Amino acid sequence: MKAVCWMGTEKMTVETVPDPTILNPRDAIVRITSTCICGSDLHLYNGLMPTMEQGDIMGHEFMGEVVEIGGGVDRQKLKVGDRVVVPFTIACGRCFFCQQQLWSCCDNSNPNYWIAEKMMGYSPSGLFGYTHMLGGYAGGQAQYARVPFADVGPLKIPDGIADEQVVFLSDIFPTGYMGAENCNIKPGDTVAIWGCGPVGQFAIRSAFLLGAERVIAIDRFDYRLKLAEEAGAEIINYEEVDDVVQLLKDMTGNIGPDACMDAVGMEAHYSGPMWAIDRTKQVLKMQPDRPGVLRQVIMACRKGGTVSVPGVYGGFIDKMPMGAYVNKGLTMKTGQTHMMRYMKPLLELIQGGKIDPSFVVSHRVPIDKAPEMYKIFRDKQDHCTKVVLDPWANGSVAA
Amino acid sequence: MSEAARIHLRNAQGRRYRIETAFRWSALITGGALALLGLSRRSRSGVAIAAAGGLLSYAGAKVGTRQRELITRSSILLNCTPEEAYQFWSKFENLPLFMRHLESVTLMGETRSRWIAIGPLGKRVSWDAEIAFDRKDDVIAWRSLPDSDIYVDGIVKFRNAPANRGTIITVVVVYQPPAGAIGNALSKLLGKDPSFMMRQDLHRLKALIETGEIPTVEGQSHGPRSGVAAAARIINPDDPIKGDSKLTEVLGARRRVS
Repeated sequence: MKAVCWMGTEKMTVETVPDPTILNPRDAIVRITSTCICGSDLHLYNGLMPTMEQGDIMGHEFMGEVVEIGGGVDRQKLKVGDRVVVPFTIACGRCFFCQQQLWSCCDNSNPNYWIAEKMMGYSPSGLFGYTHMLGGYAGGQAQYARVPFADVGPLKIPDGIADEQVVFLSDIFPTGYMGAENCNIKPGDTVAIWGCGPVGQFAIRSAFLLGAERVIAIDRFDYRLKLAEEAGAEIINYEEVDDVVQLLKDMTGNIGPDACMDAVGMEAHYSGPMWAIDRTKQVLKMQPDRPGVLRQVIMACRKGGTVSVPGVYGGFIDKMPMGAYVNKGLTMKTGQTHMMRYMKPLLELIQGGKIDPSFVVSHRVPIDKAPEMYKIFRDKQDHCTKVVLDPWANGSVAA
Repeated sequence: MSEAARIHLRNAQGRRYRIETAFRWSALITGGALALLGLSRRSRSGVAIAAAGGLLSYAGAKVGTRQRELITRSSILLNCTPEEAYQFWSKFENLPLFMRHLESVTLMGETRSRWIAIGPLGKRVSWDAEIAFDRKDDVIAWRSLPDSDIYVDGIVKFRNAPANRGTIITVVVVYQPPAGAIGNALSKLLGKDPSFMMRQDLHRLKALIETGEIPTVEGQSHGPRSGVAAAARIINPDDPIKGDSKLTEVLGARRRVS
């Protein structure tokens, strides 16, 4: 089959690799019909996440048809022929954490849990195509994928809904939604959201759905701010203002936003001496993260407010404004998305016509074009917001 | 002092043993050389040097002669009842399913069993053990029989976890590797971090009991790997790889945990 492989920093290639096989009783094999490039894949593309290995298959946002299931899969829940969206977190459904609905903290799905324990104390769940520290599972930017614990994660999709409307249930829609839920929104609240990429876009819409009165969206690309504005957000292009924190104060009667969200993560862009220091450390591999936005959300949030962080961070950070965090009495909520909590209710929102996630798609291309799309997406060329890959269409490269 | 703290202290003593061994050999060599030098001088200062050398050799010979012992203690939460956990563990034939360095455990009667482990470079080590103490749903202890090549004594306790979270099992295992080449290789393997190996095993047990399988990515598809990574794996194989045939057999008979 064809698969997008990580061959080194900024080196993605489409390789022909063996088709996946059932390795454990609760595995299923899915024939993929749509798969996407996620903003978090760009951290791997840029070589910032430790424990990637040459030859790893990328991708964690995919859907398709079940073509084979192992002997241990609960037939009541999944059978051959089902059309499913596969969540990016892998969960066993039986451990203490799964039973607490903390699906992305599953204790049993990461075979390399001990590497993650060294860096984080405890290991989160395994993920598709996202470093060996988080399981080393082959990803879904391919024609087929092996899905472990297949009777827990995959969500069945009825016919009559297009792939593009539901494929984002695999990550970014639930992730944006949980980011908004983590803002602890009460009716009338003002929420400021840094980053208008796909997760930010879903977070803006989810914040309104959850009762926010005002959403203020912050980015530097006008085409992304325009999408935010269409959803009803007030927008700030941070490159055009002197001081975002002061502007937010002015916009809110010096109170500040009730909740601030970092939907940017480890590769934030900012200026000044901290930028120079953080970027240097990153290049020298002393620190994987550039936490400029995280510092800013903490400074901007109102006293007693909530900071929500759906953005991805990889390691340890410096110059965390802990004084502001403590003295303002803030609450921070984070986490990889507890996918199985959100997939079904959000599918119902889509079916009920409350939201059509396909608004975020800017590029539909054959899988062979994936390598160049990584670059276009990373460099925000061609008004790129979201890339959907067709694993079966014939591209410019011979199959 | 808690049991865990005592074991940490014992293992710290193990590290001291290695330091003592280094001291011992350097003292023996230096002391011996001084004694020879002193005696060859045939003078009063020569006698003093020889005496000092002799003392140093004596001090070296005294330290670091204790039997080496490695103790591990580890515990893990299992989402099942103590009865279920006890039932699984008390069938010693099940242990190789999650203890990766064990090849097999065969029952030889009511209380006796033969254990075969795969050591470094695929070398097999075998010993016989007997059950020393067994209280249903509560505790099992076993010990190697006298004159075994290697002594591996263990105890496992099953306790109800608070808030109905299942069972916390606590395992203590004491290893006494033999002298000689195999012993050295075994100590090296165990000495890497015996507690780490035990934790790995208990994680596999947890996954097996809770989900019916052990998570793995071995054997999945991937693109071309680099030669450097392949070479690194050959030079430093982290685990002996076993066939998984036995795993599938037991999966048929596994207990489901709701």
